[in-house]
Amino acid sequence: MTDLQEPTRDWATTFDHTDDDYAQLAPEIWDELRDRCPVAHGDAHGGVWFPSRHADVTAIANDTEHFSSEGVIVSIFKPEGLAPMGYAPPITADPPFHMDSRRILLPAFAPKAIDKLEGATRRLCSELIDELLADGATLADAAVQYAQHIPVRVIADMLGVPREDGDKFRVFIHRIIEKPGTYTETLRYEDTLDHYIRQKLEQRRNEPPGDDLISYLVNVEVDGRKLPDAQIIGTIALLIIAGIDTTWSAIGASLWHLAQHPEDRVRLETDPDVLPFAVEEFLRMYAPVTMARIASTDTEIGGCPITERDWVLLPFPSANRDPEAFDDADEFIIDRQRNRHVAFGLGIHRCIGSNLARMELRVAVDEWMKRIPDFELADPATVRWSTGQVRGPRELPVRILRTLEP
Amino acid sequence: MHIVFDREKCQGHGRCYALAPDLFDADDEGYALVLVSGELADDQVAAAQLAADNCPEYAITVEA
Repeated sequence: MTDLQEPTRDWATTFDHTDDDYAQLAPEIWDELRDRCPVAHGDAHGGVWFPSRHADVTAIANDTEHFSSEGVIVSIFKPEGLAPMGYAPPITADPPFHMDSRRILLPAFAPKAIDKLEGATRRLCSELIDELLADGATLADAAVQYAQHIPVRVIADMLGVPREDGDKFRVFIHRIIEKPGTYTETLRYEDTLDHYIRQKLEQRRNEPPGDDLISYLVNVEVDGRKLPDAQIIGTIALLIIAGIDTTWSAIGASLWHLAQHPEDRVRLETDPDVLPFAVEEFLRMYAPVTMARIASTDTEIGGCPITERDWVLLPFPSANRDPEAFDDADEFIIDRQRNRHVAFGLGIHRCIGSNLARMELRVAVDEWMKRIPDFELADPATVRWSTGQVRGPRELPVRILRTLEP
Repeated sequence: MHIVFDREKCQGHGRCYALAPDLFDADDEGYALVLVSGELADDQVAAAQLAADNCPEYAITVEA
């Protein structure tokens, strides 16, 4: 794997999270940077800072005064003049507007609401496994045939749109997260996420309200007033963009780990009570999401001067592997008892979908292990990891070694 | 031993009520509620400590 690394490249000064090498090598790069140069920089995307240590990541996440969420996906097109709402509230919102836009969504993502989705998620996972085991197949792609479909369909159900629209969601996500800025000039408006959402809003306003999230956002009133269209559209965009490749990455990375660790597969099979701890350890070791901020003033990170309007990445995955913050940080400990990982971020922007993501990850691993308790990577060289701010396996061919009847 | 919970620090990660459901619950927005007051029973201390050890915001402590 290390032969992919250009021996001359210094990630401390030429950092680029969209580089193909970064996709494969990210954990090694983080380890090196935390030791050698804790605040890295690169000129790509108009200049980006990369603080790799847990202490710095935590400080920035909690410092909404010096670091704005107006931009959360690094690209050459830096949002300007959109604060305090931003283009996808509440993730792009700053205080005090932030809390109002967040409170609208919190009940829909609270544990009691998410519990109701578990049964349908189990059935969905079980159906996907039926399909990939059909005709006694012994090879399958755990990312393409399994992980990527789960959050797409769950979110489609929550929004009250057809599950087939999920194919469109994956295209939107590829453009916006994996290759930000790349497609801006060639895209027809009819093919954009904005157009998709406006169509759905139009439809929903001409129908009696359902109990889906689009109906809810169209009809909810704050202080006696309905939400402005820009807020509704931005929030729906967030729900489509934020909850899909993130969760699919976490499911895929967890299966990637299990494919290589028979001892952890045995533990899950023989000790079901360990599953909730395993889920948290998967989230720590394979946290998919790196957020971003824009410096709202001249400031500093760990003694390193930052200029107003600079991009700053918030690599929660690197913070989660910092030996200063975790005992045996580089070891996967399936029943880790002290696990204050920050996979879902920290502070006021804690991932609003964290209960949903945890449920999906737990159910996806549980259903897989109940049917496919033994499997291995078909060929480690064919696993392909994503680039950008959401990290997970996009191709994950596995060989199925043992199956169980449902 | 008793639980000290800082509501200002809680961001609704939900680790405490998942790990120690007899001691913590969620409100309608997912923020934590402490279900017990005063001295913990001996068999509650370990669960309270587990909740504290897994709170990413350091919002919970178990104190003498």
